[in-house]
Amino acid sequence: MYDFQFEKPSTVAEAVAALASEDAMALGGGQTLIPTMKQRLAAPSVLVSLTGIAEMQGVSASGGLVTVGGSAVHADVASGAGDYPALAALAGNIGDPAVRNRGTIGGSVANNDPSADYPAAVLASGATVNTDRRAISADDFFQGMFETALEEGEIVTSVEFPLPESANYQKFDQPASRFALVGVFVAKHADGVRVAVTGASEGGVYRWTEAEEALSASFDASALADLSVDASGMISDLHGSSEYRANLVGVLTARAVAACS
Amino acid sequence: MPKDNGIGESPKRREDVRFLTGRGQYTDDMKLHGQCYAHFVRSDVAHGIIKSIDTSAAGKMPGVCAIFTGEDFVEVGGNPAGWLINNRDGTPMKEPKRPVLAHGKVRHVGDAYAAVIAETYEQAVDAAEAIEADIDEQDAIIDMAQALANSDHRVHDEIDDNCCFDWGWIEDNRAATDAAFEGAAHVTSLELVNNRLVPNAMEGRASIADYNPGTDHYTLYTTSQNPHLTRLLISAFVMGIAENKLTIIAPDIGGGFGSKIYHYGEEALVLAASKKLGRPVKWAATRSESFMTDAHGRDHVTKMELATDALGNFLAIRTATMANMGAYLSNFATATPTYLHGTVMAGNYTVPLVYVNVKAVFTNTAPVDAYRGAGRPEATFQLERVIDMCARELGMDPLELRRKNFIQPDQFPFTTAAGVEYDSGNFGALVDKLEEIGDLKGFAARKAESADRGLLRGLGINTYIEACGLAPSNLAGILGARVGLYDAATVRVNATGNISVMTGAHSHGQGHETVFPQIVADLLGIPAESVEIVHGDTSKIPFGMGTYGSRSLSVAGSAIVKATEKIISKATKIAAHMMEAAEADVTFEDGTFAVAGTDKSLQFGEVAFKAYVPHDFPHDELEPGLEETAFYDPANFTYPSGAYACEVEVDPDTGKVTVCSFAAADDVGNVINPMIVEGQIHGGLGQGIGQALVENCVYDENGQLLSGSYMDYTMPRADDLPSFTVDQTALTPCAHNPLGTKGAGEAGAIGSPPTVVNAVVDALSDLGVTHIDMPVSPSRVWSAIQAAK
Repeated sequence: MYDFQFEKPSTVAEAVAALASEDAMALGGGQTLIPTMKQRLAAPSVLVSLTGIAEMQGVSASGGLVTVGGSAVHADVASGAGDYPALAALAGNIGDPAVRNRGTIGGSVANNDPSADYPAAVLASGATVNTDRRAISADDFFQGMFETALEEGEIVTSVEFPLPESANYQKFDQPASRFALVGVFVAKHADGVRVAVTGASEGGVYRWTEAEEALSASFDASALADLSVDASGMISDLHGSSEYRANLVGVLTARAVAACS
Repeated sequence: MPKDNGIGESPKRREDVRFLTGRGQYTDDMKLHGQCYAHFVRSDVAHGIIKSIDTSAAGKMPGVCAIFTGEDFVEVGGNPAGWLINNRDGTPMKEPKRPVLAHGKVRHVGDAYAAVIAETYEQAVDAAEAIEADIDEQDAIIDMAQALANSDHRVHDEIDDNCCFDWGWIEDNRAATDAAFEGAAHVTSLELVNNRLVPNAMEGRASIADYNPGTDHYTLYTTSQNPHLTRLLISAFVMGIAENKLTIIAPDIGGGFGSKIYHYGEEALVLAASKKLGRPVKWAATRSESFMTDAHGRDHVTKMELATDALGNFLAIRTATMANMGAYLSNFATATPTYLHGTVMAGNYTVPLVYVNVKAVFTNTAPVDAYRGAGRPEATFQLERVIDMCARELGMDPLELRRKNFIQPDQFPFTTAAGVEYDSGNFGALVDKLEEIGDLKGFAARKAESADRGLLRGLGINTYIEACGLAPSNLAGILGARVGLYDAATVRVNATGNISVMTGAHSHGQGHETVFPQIVADLLGIPAESVEIVHGDTSKIPFGMGTYGSRSLSVAGSAIVKATEKIISKATKIAAHMMEAAEADVTFEDGTFAVAGTDKSLQFGEVAFKAYVPHDFPHDELEPGLEETAFYDPANFTYPSGAYACEVEVDPDTGKVTVCSFAAADDVGNVINPMIVEGQIHGGLGQGIGQALVENCVYDENGQLLSGSYMDYTMPRADDLPSFTVDQTALTPCAHNPLGTKGAGEAGAIGSPPTVVNAVVDALSDLGVTHIDMPVSPSRVWSAIQAAK
C-alpha cells in the first residue's frame, strides 16, 4: 500500500469538496478498494471516507418505498429492511459477517462488480440511485462491467426501492469468493415483472426482457419453459463456462418465480 | 483401565490455552532489536531469460540496506532433492540446480530474482519497484505431455525432454504384468487427473536470521516442520555454515501440511543478509507469495488399468503417471510420486502383479512436493476409482468386489505385489464396522427420498491402506534417500521429579505437547501434568527428523518410549542402591519402586531427587543424574487402513453436489488420545473432501496462476461438510513399534477423495456418467450430465 491522506467528513458537502482534490477516491466499506490498494493496484492521494456522514446512514420505509442510506452496511439492510424481505435476505447473504458489517450499498452499486448482489436488486426493483447532485434510475445507472452513470467525484447518497408485490433473489455462489456465479432477482410489480441477472454477463448486470414479458403475461415458472438463454456474451472462467452460466440464468429465474408464489 | 491422562485418555490439548487466547508465539510475532526487512522481487512471467538487473536506482532509495541478486549466490550450493531416483534403465535422475535466487532464467511466476533489505517493509517494497529487470519472456512450458514431447522448449536448458526421471516399479514385473493384461478376461481402464493443490497453511512462511559477529553464530527463526533437516540442508548443501554455528528455532507453527518440511531460498537469503549487515533480517510471506511459492501438492495425470478374471478376481494393476515437479525439485518432490506412491499401489488386495510407471516432468510452475498424504492419496484415488468402475462394468457390488480381493487377516505379514510388507490389518472388520456406522443398508430408502425432492443420491465406498511412519532408514537408503528417517528423544528427569522431554518431532498443529506427556506419564506412573515437551530448537533437542508422513507418534513417540525405558532402568539401579537390594529384586509399577518380598518401597520422585543428590553413590558403579537419550529407527513403515462411505445429493439442474453424510472406519493402530485422533481424522476428511469438491490450483497456458487468491482458490468451509461419523475401534496394533500405533495424520486426506467421487459417479451412473475429474465442481457435474445426454 502506498501512503495516502485520509479524510472523514461529516456532511455530503464536505465529502464532495474533499473529493475534488486530484486523485482523491471515495471510501465506503473498503471491501474492494482496500485490497486493491494493498496490492498497490490503486494509489489514491486522498481517501475520503463516507462512513461518518449521518445523512447517508440508515434504512427507512414509508409511502411504498424503502430507502437505504448510501453508507448503510449490508448488516443494516439485512436487519432493517423488513418491509422488503427479498432485499433484506439478499443483504444478509452477501459475503460473511465481517463483510456485511463493513461493506456499504453505495460502495457496491458505485463499483458495479459484475458478480455483486446489490445491482440485481436495484435493477429488478426499478430503484432510484440518489447522488449528491441528481437522481438516477436503475435502468440508466448500470452501464456495463464496473461502469456506472456516476461522474467523477459523484457520491451515492441513498438508494430508493419501490416495494414490489412480491420478489425473490436466487443466488448460486461462486464457490471461492461466494460472490454470485449467477444471481437472479425477480420482482413482480403492479405494472409488470422485472428480472435482473448478475454474475452472468460480460456486460454486467442486465434485465432479461424475454423472461419479463413472459412472466408479466403469466407469473408462473412454466411461462419460462420455452425460453432459452443465449450463452454468447456470458462470462466464462475457472468456475463455469458461458453455457453453464446461461443454464443457471434459466434455472434460477424459475426458482425465484416459484419462491415468489 | 487407562491411568489418569495416560495412554487411552483424552485430556484437552494443553497448547490450545495459548493458541486460543492469542498467546502463541509465531515467527512473524517476533521482533528482534535492530531488525530490518527483506522483500523479494519475483518474476511476473512464467519463463524468461534474465538479460540484466539494474539495482542502482533502488539502492539509493530511502532506508535501503542491501540488495541481492542471483549473482551474489553463484558460488553457493543448490537446494538439493532429498531422494535420488533412478530411471528404468538404471541411470540417475536429472537434478538441476535450485539456486537461492534465480540466475540466468526465471522459471515460474513468483520465482525470486532479487531481494531488497530495508529499514522498513514498505521501504523495501518501494525500492523493489525501482529495480529495473530486463527479462526476455520465453514460451511457458505448462502442459506435461507437451513438455515431454517438445525439446525446443526447455525449463532447464540442459534437460532436453523436461523429464526428471522415468521410473518403473517394480521394473522386473513389467513383462509379467503386460502378459497378465493380454490374457485377462476383463480390463478396466481409466484416465484421470489428480488436481494440483495449494497448501494454504493458516500461518504463511516467515524467517528471521540473526547473525552475531561476536560469536560468528547464526540463529534462524523459521516456519519449519523439521528444524534439524533445515539445518542439515543449509549447512551441508546450500550455505556451508558449520552445523554448530547455526541454530534453527521453529517456534509455534500454524499448519504446514507438508509445505513447511522443505528448505526454501528465502531462509538462505535472510541468513546471507544478516551476515552481511550484522543485523537481524526478517521476511514474512504475503498470502499472494504463499500461493505462488509454497510447494504445491498432487498434480498427477494418470492412465490406470485393472485386469480381472471373469469372476472379478484381480490379476494385475498397471499405471502410467506424469507427475509435475514444477520448475525446480523441492526436497521431497522425487520421493512423493515414487516410493510414497508406487509402493502402495496394491492397496488392500492380494493382486499378484503391479507395475507402476512414473515420468516426472519439469514445467514453468511452482515446485510440487509432498502434501498431506503425499503420493498415497494419488495412488489410492486411481486404484479405488478404477475398482469402482470395474465393479460397474462387471455388474458387481463395489463393496463385495473389494471384499473378494482383500488380504485376509491370517495372511499378515503380507508382502504385496508392490514390494512392501504389511505387518497387520483386518480389512473385512473395517468394512463390517463401516456398514454399521454408515447404515449402508438404509441407503436405498434415502435415495428414494432424495428422488422425491428431485435430487440424485449416490453412495460412494472406498477402502485404503497407506504406508507411513516414515521410515526405516535402511530401506529408505536402498531406495535413494539421502537422509536417515529415525527420530530421537531425550528424557530429562529434573531433581524435583518433573520431566522435560526433548523430541525431534515438531508439532505444527498435531498436539504433541499433550500426547507425548501421556506416554511418559503412563510408563512412569506419574501425572501427565508433570511432563513438559521441548521441541523446535536445534540447540535444545537431539537430532530428529521432524513431523510429516504421520510419523511423529510412531517414530518420535517410540524414541520417547525407548528413552523412558532407559530412565526406568537407571532409576531402578538407584532405587536398588537406596533400598540396599539387588537390582534384580527391585520392581517398578505405577510410579513405585519396591523390593520383592519386603515392605520396602520408594516413590519415583524420591529416586529422582537422589539422582541429583548422590552423596553416597558408589562412583565406580552408579553415575549421578537421570537423563537419557534414545534414537529409534523403525523396522518398517506403518500401514494404517480404513473403510469410508459417503452419500451425496446432486442437483441435476445446477450440478451442485452436497455431501450428506460421511462415515469413516479407520485402523490407525493403538490410540493414545482418542479426541486428538478423531480431530486428525476430521481434519483429513475436510482436506480430502476439499480436494474432491472445490480446491483447484490452475495455471493458464502462459503460466499465469489463475487461482492465486481466495477469490478464485476455493477452500472447504464448514458448510461444505457434513457431520462426520468416525470410528477407530476396528484396530490391529502395529506389530513392530512399542506403542502399536500406526499414525492418523494423513489417513482422512488419503481415503476421502475417491469416496466422494465414487459417490458422485454413483449418483449419476443411471445417466451414463462414468467419471468426473476433481474437483467435482457444479459446472463440471452439469457438463458431464449434458455430455451424457
